[in-house]
Amino acid sequence: MLRRYLERFNWLDFILLMFRVVILVAIAIGIFNSVRAAKYTDNQWATLVFAGLAQGSIYALIAMGYTLVYGILLMINFAHGEIYMAGALTVVFIAHIFNDSGFLNAQPLLAILIMIVIAAAVSTILNVVVERLAYKPLRGAPRLVPLITAIGASFALQYTFRGLYGAQYRAYPEVKALRELVTVFGYKVPLVQLVVPASALVLMLGLYFFVERTKMGKAMRSVSEDKDVARLMGINIDRVIVITFALGGALAGAAGVFNGLFRPQGINFYMGFFPGLKAFTAAVLGGIGNIAGAMVGGVFLGLLESLGPNLILEGLGIPSVNQLKDALSFTMLVLILIFRPQGIFGERLAEKKA
Amino acid sequence: MNNQIGPNWRTIVRFGLIGGVVALYLSVIGMVEAFSARNLIGTFITLAQILIFGGPFVAGYLTAREFKDKPRTTIILCGLAAGAMASIFQVMLILIAHAVDLRFMFVSISPGLMEILTFGQGQYLGSLILAALSAVMGAIGAGYFLLPGTISRTLTSAVVVTLGVGLFSENVNQILSSNWLSLIGGRSVARLLIQQKSLNPIVALVLFLAVGGLTYWRATRAKAQVESDDESPATGRQKRFRTVMLIIAIGALLGLPWIVGRFLSQVLFMVGLYIMMGLGLNIVVGYAGLLDLGYVAFFAFGAYTMGVITSASPLGLTNLNFWIALPICAIVGVLTGFVLGVPVLRMRGDYLAIVTLGFGEIIRILALSDWLAPFIGGAQGILHIPYPSIAGFQFKTPEWMYYLVIIGSLLAGFLTIRLRESRLGRQWMAMREDEDVAEAMGINLVQTKLLAFAIGAAFSALAGGIFAARLGTIFPHTFNLLWSINALSLIIVGGMGSIPGVMVGALILVGLPELLREFQEYRLLMYGILLVVMMLVKPEGFVPAARRQQELRAHAKESAVGTAAD
Repeated sequence: MLRRYLERFNWLDFILLMFRVVILVAIAIGIFNSVRAAKYTDNQWATLVFAGLAQGSIYALIAMGYTLVYGILLMINFAHGEIYMAGALTVVFIAHIFNDSGFLNAQPLLAILIMIVIAAAVSTILNVVVERLAYKPLRGAPRLVPLITAIGASFALQYTFRGLYGAQYRAYPEVKALRELVTVFGYKVPLVQLVVPASALVLMLGLYFFVERTKMGKAMRSVSEDKDVARLMGINIDRVIVITFALGGALAGAAGVFNGLFRPQGINFYMGFFPGLKAFTAAVLGGIGNIAGAMVGGVFLGLLESLGPNLILEGLGIPSVNQLKDALSFTMLVLILIFRPQGIFGERLAEKKA
Repeated sequence: MNNQIGPNWRTIVRFGLIGGVVALYLSVIGMVEAFSARNLIGTFITLAQILIFGGPFVAGYLTAREFKDKPRTTIILCGLAAGAMASIFQVMLILIAHAVDLRFMFVSISPGLMEILTFGQGQYLGSLILAALSAVMGAIGAGYFLLPGTISRTLTSAVVVTLGVGLFSENVNQILSSNWLSLIGGRSVARLLIQQKSLNPIVALVLFLAVGGLTYWRATRAKAQVESDDESPATGRQKRFRTVMLIIAIGALLGLPWIVGRFLSQVLFMVGLYIMMGLGLNIVVGYAGLLDLGYVAFFAFGAYTMGVITSASPLGLTNLNFWIALPICAIVGVLTGFVLGVPVLRMRGDYLAIVTLGFGEIIRILALSDWLAPFIGGAQGILHIPYPSIAGFQFKTPEWMYYLVIIGSLLAGFLTIRLRESRLGRQWMAMREDEDVAEAMGINLVQTKLLAFAIGAAFSALAGGIFAARLGTIFPHTFNLLWSINALSLIIVGGMGSIPGVMVGALILVGLPELLREFQEYRLLMYGILLVVMMLVKPEGFVPAARRQQELRAHAKESAVGTAAD
């Protein structure tokens, strides 16, 4: 028994196993210590949970773009974070026009809807243009070539918008109606933290039904199964790909407006890079190519980011834990890619990916 | 539709509009205005004009290429029309910007830009001038296409050289009027050549004619030679010539910092540093095919090791000198290469790229955090890292650090060449082509990958150590993603897997933007566009490695056959 085990022993597996054990133990100790110390009241925890839900639903919306594109082209659209930025940054100006004219606070629902539509339009157009110029000529190139192109596109877009709108930070105006506190399960929560997850959910359900129930959605699914067979069935692959990019762009643009409403701190041309990476993490978490999975992955990541520093890291005796928020998400990214690249729910495209 | 007789207006419109969009883009992102400060010849030709009229020129040229079978006058007229089309967006921009204030949103649409676009003639007259000049440029572009090969080549090299000298005239001025060159009359030469930070128009004309004449003469002579004699085998004379050239090159390399002065020495130092990093990344990406986007992590490890070991501040653990610390940096690089390499061994392609990117960011955030601040200083960084010194002589100035980095990059180059020709190098390339086949051939993938990571990391850590000693202080903010992106861009522009490519890439991507201040702001924009364009047009890079080129060609052929079969 032992001999057979030793024969199959592989030191790489062993190191990875140890790595996993150490991390799990660290998380367990951290949580145990934090819970025992009971430093925060449940009101504070609830605040963190709701903020995490809102942030997570924004990640989930961006993650849709990654997951759709990866499902169809097997390509990480590295520039997707910039698509999100483009919508968010363009609408800052619109939001200020609305705010100055009083429209935003008089008719918040209508104004925000218009803002979402504009942001989605900007992001959609940009995503389709990038696809046409940078990715379309590279169909069938070796896998790393489109990735490098996407990295290039990401920087080109960032600095294009820097040139267009300048490098300074610009804040979304506050919408008074959204700042009101409402009571949920006995906890007081700003309305915006409920509106953002709810509208994100509506949009994602819309996407889900589009993919599952419409003819175009069927075409998308068939292209992601097998491009060549789909083409034989008379599906216009280029059209399907353009629509995929357009859908991803639209949701990213909407996410940009939600982000502005939820966290009205200043944004600038660099705002999309890290959320893009985190949304990619979310997409992988849920199993890339899987829409429902990306939804769950996004929310999970949002919760991890908002709860993790206080729940896990503080228990380990690390000072100023909130500095390490981003490190936590990137650690999640690294861990999930190393240990479970097929995601929590498994991956539909597993066999094709290798 | 309309394509039986005469030019097809759709082609003209298409090329014209493409040229117009490009010109508009350059104006709106502020490049035109930023570059208008760079005078090329006199004060009347600036870099901005090249940007404005480049679009119409190219539109005219491309249109002419489409209509090459038509009579000459038609082609010229088509070019004229395309050039005029190309100005349409800018004219619209001028008129709209005059009517409404776009500046609250688009910061670059400033009065300065309008002044440049309208040549200071107001909106209507200015628009007319712009449209007319664009049309003329389009016609010139078309005419340029019609010229016979020899003449167009002559013109191209003359224009490029003249504008190039104009572009760098400030640096030429700097070299001539600094240090010892000024003693032997450099300053007066500079005053003759250069006026108001740009080339004297008369000198420019002379230069244009001289270069043009020379190219023309050489072109005709080369033609005559090809007709007269066959190629002769390499002779002793050629060999001797090569030796002499090598000696001159080494001499130039050694004397360079004293000719070009302090500022340019610093630029050369950065170029050399990037050559070291690029050579290391070239092993990981170019040879082993592992796309590493967190390469800056190793650079940071090297710099922090140097800081922690040698610093005179309370954070410094020992007071070892630079020369002992440097090998330790390399060893730390190897170790971190192993440590960060082990978890990602099973990963391929795009996921690997993202994980390494994640590593790079995690390490930067940790270096910034208060958690590790007691050891590595947090946001305050590490101060008082001593300069390298030999027997009391300190390498304080960039001129001397240049030698250090030259030795470092020569060493890295030598090692890379030896590795490439070794068994390990061939294993890397086999692995890059196909991991499964390589494994089936008996290559130990774990070992091969780890060695690639470790050796690449060692180069980067060495560069990091030298960087820390040069600056004397290091901050976590310094070690951001852009280092990785710069290093990646330069090996892609030079050609993945190509050693001369790394050098050319570093000179172009690191050297040029340092020389041209205006480029600084648009540096990453250009890197991004360059990455995209390189991947689309020339994935093998400007100085391709022979083997890599064959593969990409073969692949292109394969996929072409594939699409034909569909």
